[in-house]
Amino acid sequence: MREITYAQAVREALAEEMRRDERVFLMGEDIGVYGGAFGVTLGLIDEFGPERVMDTPLSEAAIIGAAAGAAVLGMRPVAEVQFSDFLTIGSDQLVNQAAKMRYMFGGKARVPMVVRTPAGSGTGAAAQHSQSLETWFMHIPGLKVVAPATPYDAKGLLKSAIRDDNPVVVFEHKLLYKTKGQVPEEDYTVPIGKAAVRREGIDITVIATSIMVLRSLAAADRLAEEGISVEVIDLRSLRPLDAETIVKSVCKTGRAVVVHEANKFAGFGGEIVGTIVESEAFDYLDAPVVRVAGKDVPIPYNPHLERAAVPQEEDIVAACRSLMRQSPRWRALA
Amino acid sequence: MAESTIIAARRVDLPPERLVHMYRQMLRIRHFEEQVDLLFQAGRIWGTFHLYIGQEASAVGAIEVLEPDDYITSTHRGHGHSIAKGASIPLMMAELRGKETGYCRGRGGSMHIADVEAGNLGANGIVGGGIPIATGAALACKKLGNGRVVMCFFGDGALAQGAFHEAVNFAAVFKLPVVYVCENNQYAMSMPVARGLGSTDITVRAAAYGLPGVSVDGNDVLAVYEAAKEAVNRARRGEGPTIIETRTYRWRGHSKSDANRYRTKEEIEAWKQRCPIRRFGSFLEGLGILTPVDRDRMEREVEAEIQDAIAFADSQPDPDPAQLADGVYA
Ligand SMILES: Cc1ncc(C[n+]2csc(CCOP(=O)(O)OP(=O)(O)O)c2C)c(N)n1
Ligand SMILES: [Mg+2]
Repeated sequence: MREITYAQAVREALAEEMRRDERVFLMGEDIGVYGGAFGVTLGLIDEFGPERVMDTPLSEAAIIGAAAGAAVLGMRPVAEVQFSDFLTIGSDQLVNQAAKMRYMFGGKARVPMVVRTPAGSGTGAAAQHSQSLETWFMHIPGLKVVAPATPYDAKGLLKSAIRDDNPVVVFEHKLLYKTKGQVPEEDYTVPIGKAAVRREGIDITVIATSIMVLRSLAAADRLAEEGISVEVIDLRSLRPLDAETIVKSVCKTGRAVVVHEANKFAGFGGEIVGTIVESEAFDYLDAPVVRVAGKDVPIPYNPHLERAAVPQEEDIVAACRSLMRQSPRWRALA
Repeated sequence: MAESTIIAARRVDLPPERLVHMYRQMLRIRHFEEQVDLLFQAGRIWGTFHLYIGQEASAVGAIEVLEPDDYITSTHRGHGHSIAKGASIPLMMAELRGKETGYCRGRGGSMHIADVEAGNLGANGIVGGGIPIATGAALACKKLGNGRVVMCFFGDGALAQGAFHEAVNFAAVFKLPVVYVCENNQYAMSMPVARGLGSTDITVRAAAYGLPGVSVDGNDVLAVYEAAKEAVNRARRGEGPTIIETRTYRWRGHSKSDANRYRTKEEIEAWKQRCPIRRFGSFLEGLGILTPVDRDRMEREVEAEIQDAIAFADSQPDPDPAQLADGVYA
């Protein structure tokens, strides 16, 4: 299979869906000739023209709200918010309007819109351009939230999001845009709400999304050399959440580590831990469930501080090692 | 330009030392920005920044009107405002290098340089984000009765933000001592003003809030000064806000990564012909205030000053990661 980048995969999904369905169109800041801040939409305006690849004014509330309004009338808008931090500016339209219309109106409306947005730290862009805000939106009934880690999923999940009849927020990680992976040329989708087991293991279940999946897999490689067998689950979707895959895995391993870039306090790790301890997996736990998450600080500019503010491979390795030391089975073996 | 500058020069009635100081401030901004670009290319500055090259007259002309204890709010393109407000160039450089002794202890970087004590309430990573803040600062000045004013800078792109509309209307309603300075450099990233704004006439907008609005040649430092003077006086008299548009142009890309696909080389060249520094320099020569030798000497002095700042920043310590979590709360 051919390899393409995550950014190309997103671009292909947009192009193919626009070709497939004339109701699909794009709106965002600088997505036309500029190609978007990360070059994701580069060239699309040449094929689809400015009517379907709309450079908008610098107005996040209007972009998100206009997507909702157009969606109610049956269009399938895909809005780009240049950095996910700016979702806060369009949050009224997303949270109070788009998410609630269907329910508030007694099921009489559909809001088939997508908001795609680059998230995360690692680029030195500091506190207002580096956040991981997915938990904010996961909390809202009526919204779906996905955070793909691979080019394959970036394409497949975006296609599902565009075809979905609900508002879907797609968090794309800036550091992933240039990563490569296998992506088929033929049409496919990745279902929203299904996690993927990226690596099988028997000692610990590591649950992650987005770039933290890559770091968790690298950590699992290192831990394997020490005889610790790690199962890595890539959630892919945060809402709806694939509780079944998580619970099944933890029943097998008896230990769980949740990894996310967003700061720990009230991050989605808490939701995953809750899902585990409320389930039958609780009876299988050999150790407390652990969260490896960002520090509770705004993302700093200095590269050393920035690195220290979010989980790195070594933090995941350390958490897994310590978990193994704590658990009775390991102590018995030692 | 010579014409309008001369008229303004008569009206603003500034002593020669002040005019020379303004010229030097513009030079300091230009050279600072050029060195920042080089440092980035050399991998010694990371992250992102937005250069102010070509717009120097806007910050200097407007901020020169302020007293040292007045306030400004700035933008993502904020180095010029910061220097014009009297920031220490070594401390700015240290911040861009992420050093512990920089303005934000290396936590903020280019988009967040602030010096609250000295009246700079901060650059801003959010377009339009500073406009409500400036409005609140003006509200405090009014409540405190301290006679100070706030000068709020933002780009043409910010005119499309809801925050602009809400804050300006708010300030108009409460007659707050704030001057809104819209730096129209013709583009918001790749979006030309004519396509990103329903109306590019700022005076029409101002009128809609019941405020005076004035549009000036933003590459003519004295024209900016003159307009700002009137607006600041009005604010200090308690008569409320003014909106000023400074028409200018950014010479460089929007940020470090910009292929300039949305504009032509010819357009950029044409604006370079209207370099605000060269114009003001030859104007001062015409008045006999500066000689070409003076101008050369000043350039060399400023270059040396910036090199010293770079050396200073080099010698400064990085933040200690053990202190990462400090300072989130007061
Ligand atoms: C709310 C928000 N939306 C988008 C951006 C991304 N962005 C940063 S600067 C910019 C263009 C700003 O244009 P303008 O206000 O005219 O200022 P200029 O860059 O021209 O100085 C954009 C789109 C942002 N920082 N904040
Ligand atoms: Mg602009």
